[in-house]
Amino acid sequence: MRFGDVQFGGITREVCLEYQPAAQIGDFVLVHVGFAISTIDREEAARTWEVLRELGEDVP
Amino acid sequence: MKYLDEYRDADATDELARAIRRETTRPHVIMEVCGGQTHSILRYGLDRLLPDNVELVHGPGCPVCVTALDTIDRAHAIAQRPDVIFTSFGDMLRVPGSTTDLLALRARGADVRVVYSPLDAVALARTNPDRRVVFFGIGFETTAPANAMALIAAKREQLANFSMLASHVLVPPSIASILQSPDNRVQAFLGPGHVCAITGVRAYESLAARYRVPIAITGFEPVDLLRGVLAAVRQLERGSFSVENVYARNVAEAGNAAARAAIAEVFEVVDRNWRGIGAIPKSGYRIAAPYRAHDAEHVFDVGAIATREPARCISGLVLRGVKKPCDCPAFGKDCTPETPLGATMVSSEGACAAYFAHRRPVEVA
Repeated sequence: MRFGDVQFGGITREVCLEYQPAAQIGDFVLVHVGFAISTIDREEAARTWEVLRELGEDVP
Repeated sequence: MKYLDEYRDADATDELARAIRRETTRPHVIMEVCGGQTHSILRYGLDRLLPDNVELVHGPGCPVCVTALDTIDRAHAIAQRPDVIFTSFGDMLRVPGSTTDLLALRARGADVRVVYSPLDAVALARTNPDRRVVFFGIGFETTAPANAMALIAAKREQLANFSMLASHVLVPPSIASILQSPDNRVQAFLGPGHVCAITGVRAYESLAARYRVPIAITGFEPVDLLRGVLAAVRQLERGSFSVENVYARNVAEAGNAAARAAIAEVFEVVDRNWRGIGAIPKSGYRIAAPYRAHDAEHVFDVGAIATREPARCISGLVLRGVKKPCDCPAFGKDCTPETPLGATMVSSEGACAAYFAHRRPVEVA
């Protein structure tokens, strides 16, 4: 089974990567009960701030 | 931490709350499905940023709350055996069964241990070959892949002393059950972001179309939650009903293929009884036949189980969004996290525990 060290703020824990086989060093992963279940999509993360910018522009 | 702190930003949260207030013209009732979302909403007071006519009601997404009483009683019977090391997530320890809870059993000498991951329980089985290690495998679709991997590892290593008492529940059938209920008030859902990271969003598209209900797949931080509310309000205002994924940084349309394959390998879908809610068809997973040697239900014969629910607990109504925790006469008085009448007061995902932590009325002497 493939494992990797993941930093959570101040602490580091070994996490199972079987469900994120493409995870690379430097990626941000979502961890649930010791398993990485998704790798954060940076482009989609940036979308949040585009939506907020559009909201700000809507204000009269 | 990156990808976390910025989703708690106060200016961004205010901006979203202003947009929700601006765009709401009539009353809407929206249910957040996950207990984790409920806790975030109460912790950050997000419900108080919403206009009076947008009501959030709290859903059934608290795994320890809905685990059937007979399953919990079975866990207690197994945990009392002297040859057993009984392992569980910490949330389960105070959950009341018919007569006791795991913490009380531990105080009386049972070997009950909290683990962080099901793989920790497998490791205990490796290092304690003369003991029988049982893991209490409950949870929604988010936890199922982890539990599946523990069983795959145990089978591969022929760890005959490892077994799992598995009682998984599934979100989409519970949403359907809420929508079919005659007392339902829910008009839109904030869908379960972490569940969908595993399953993808297809099942939610069928629900949205069949029941004509908007579903926003939503994360757990303040900015995520208000984006979900805004997406739901916009659909309700214009009368549309589709699935909108506002948590796409963690949720791919198709979910996680490797995790879904492991679930399909280890589990099979069954009808399941939800505590406080009742039987829901095809709403759970049990361990499939090839893994039965590691299924605690088959490994341990505990005899007949006679369940008895505490009469005064209204957690079933809370879990279906019909009542709020503070509607309960026992809330914060006879029922507290230290002495809970029901599981919703215990769990870090339970709505009653969220109200107790963040919304307790201040007593005036």
